[in-house]
Amino acid sequence: MRLTKAFNRSLWVFHLNTGSCNGCDIEIVATLTPRYDPERFGIKLVGSPKHADVLLVSGPVTRLMVDRVRRVYEQMADPKVVMGIGSCMSGGVFYDSYSLAGPLEEIIPVDVFVPGCPPRPEAIIDGVVKAIAKLERLEGEGK
Amino acid sequence: MSENKKIGSTYSIPIGPVHPALKEPILFTFKMNGELVEEVDFAPGECHRGIEWMGMRRNPVQIVHLTDRICGICGVSHSLAFARAVEQIAEIEVPERAHYVRTIIAEYERLQSHLLWAGVAAHELGFDTLFFLAWRVREESMDVIEYLTGNRVNYGIVQVGGVRRDFTEDQFPRIEASLKYYEDVAGKLLNLFLEDRTIQMRCKNTGVMSEKEALELCTVGPTARASGLAMDVRYDSPYAAYGDLDFTPVLPHQYLGLTNGDVYDRIVVRLLEVVQSVDLIRQCLENMPSGEVLWEKKYPKILAACKKATGEAVGRIEAPRGECLHYVRMDGNTNPQCWKVKASTYSNQMSWLNMLKGEQIADIPIVVASIDPCMSCTDRVAVVHGERTDILTKADLHRLSVEKTRRLAQWS
Ligand code: SF4
Repeated sequence: MRLTKAFNRSLWVFHLNTGSCNGCDIEIVATLTPRYDPERFGIKLVGSPKHADVLLVSGPVTRLMVDRVRRVYEQMADPKVVMGIGSCMSGGVFYDSYSLAGPLEEIIPVDVFVPGCPPRPEAIIDGVVKAIAKLERLEGEGK
Repeated sequence: MSENKKIGSTYSIPIGPVHPALKEPILFTFKMNGELVEEVDFAPGECHRGIEWMGMRRNPVQIVHLTDRICGICGVSHSLAFARAVEQIAEIEVPERAHYVRTIIAEYERLQSHLLWAGVAAHELGFDTLFFLAWRVREESMDVIEYLTGNRVNYGIVQVGGVRRDFTEDQFPRIEASLKYYEDVAGKLLNLFLEDRTIQMRCKNTGVMSEKEALELCTVGPTARASGLAMDVRYDSPYAAYGDLDFTPVLPHQYLGLTNGDVYDRIVVRLLEVVQSVDLIRQCLENMPSGEVLWEKKYPKILAACKKATGEAVGRIEAPRGECLHYVRMDGNTNPQCWKVKASTYSNQMSWLNMLKGEQIADIPIVVASIDPCMSCTDRVAVVHGERTDILTKADLHRLSVEKTRRLAQWS
C-alpha cells in the first residue's frame, strides 16, 4: 500500500505492554491474524524496537515500566510514530491507582490515540492508517 | 543484544521484562551451563496496577467492571468469582437462568482462551501457519461472545446477583451454529496439533512435571491436569450451573493412554477441553430454565443489600488457567473492607522453576508458555528484589526456538 512516494517502506510495528489487562494486547494480536490480515499491506509485528516504525503502547504505564517505555522509544529510529491503544492509557478504570505513572503522553509523545476498552481490531487498523499518514508527512518533511 | 555474564563455568541470561515470547512484562534470570538451564528465577510485578486497593475504595457494582479488567482473557472468571463471594456474604439468591447464562459465557471464554493459547504455543515453536489457523478458528467464539454480550473482550456481563443481559431464543441458532463449527473443526485441530511430527519432537518429554511435583507445587487447572491430577473446581465444588451438567475433568491419559506431564500433554488437555466446552454449552442450551436473570434490577437496591451485609466469603471458580479465588470481606460499608485475588497463574508459576531445569535455551519459550501464564492476573503484589539488569533478548529467543525446530526436522 503506497499512498505517496514519501513513505516507501512497509510499516513495521513494535508492541509494548506497559501493564495492561491483556485485553488490548490480545486485540492487537487478533488484528494481525488472517481475519483482518494487515500483513497484506506490509504491516507486521517485529521483535525489536530498532526495526520498527510504529510503537504500539497498551496499558496504563505502571511505575516499573516508565523507564522501559522511554528506552524503547529512544531505541526506535526516526521517523517514528507512537500509537496509544486503549482507554486505560490515560487511566481509564484504573484512574485512582497508586502504582501508575501515566498518562502515556506525559512520558513520551503520542501521535495517535485509539480509544476503547479494548478497541476493536478495525479501530486499531484505522489508527495504523492514521499513523501512516503521519509518517508520510514526517518523511516528506525530511525528519 | 544479549549479554552473558560469566560466573565460573555458568553464565546468566536475563530475559525481559520486554520480550516477544511473552506478551506481558516479566523478568526472568536463567543461570546457564552451556546450553542447559541450571537455575531459573523470575521477578514479576510490572503489571501491578493496585487493583485490590482501588477495589476497596469502590462499591461492588463498580468493582465487577474492575474485575473484568484484571485480565482481558479471563475477565468473566474474575467477575464471577468476585460476584460469588459478594453474593454469599449478602445472601443474594441468583436466579436459576442467570447461572446458565454465566456458565455459557464462562465456557465460551474457555474456548477462546484455549484456542488463543494453542496459537501462541504453535507460534513459540515457529509453526506460524498453525498459529494463524488457531486464531482464525478462535474468531468464531469472539463473534458469538460479541453477539451475546456486546463486546469482544471485557464483556461486563456478570453483575452481583445475576447477569446484566439475557440470552433470547432467537440467539440460540447462532450459538448452535458456532458449536457445530467447533465440532467440525475439532478433529482437524486435534490432528494438526497432536499428530504433527514437529510438535511431537519439540513437546514430548519437554518441560516435564510429575504428578507428585504438580501436587507439591500446588499447580491448578490444565497445568495440574496434564500431570495427571484430576482436579477441576467445576467438578469438585460445582458453582453456577455446573452441578447440573454431565462431565468429568479432562486428563491426558483419556486420549493418550498414559500421562507424561510434558508440554505435549498440556496441549492435549487444552484441546480436549475445547471439545468439552462445546458439549457443556450445548447441555446448558438444552436445559436452560426460564425466568429472571438478575436478582434485583435496580442497582441502588443491590448496593443497599451489600451495605447491610457483614462477613467474609471466598468465591472459587475454574478459570481457563485453573482455580481463581477471590476473598472478600464486607463490614457494613458499600465498599469491601478487604479484597484479595488469587489468580491461577499465581499458583502455577512456581512450576517453571522445576520444568525449566535441564532444558535447553531454545525450549524456554514453549515451556514458559505451556502453563499459559497471565501476568496481569497475577501481579497483585509486586515482589521485587535483587539487582535488575535489563537486557532484551527479544527476537533472539524466538529465533533460537525456530531454529531448533528446523534442526530437529532435518535430523529425523
Ligand atoms: S484499555 Fe481496557 S482492555 Fe485495554 S488494556 Fe486497558 S483495561 Fe485492558
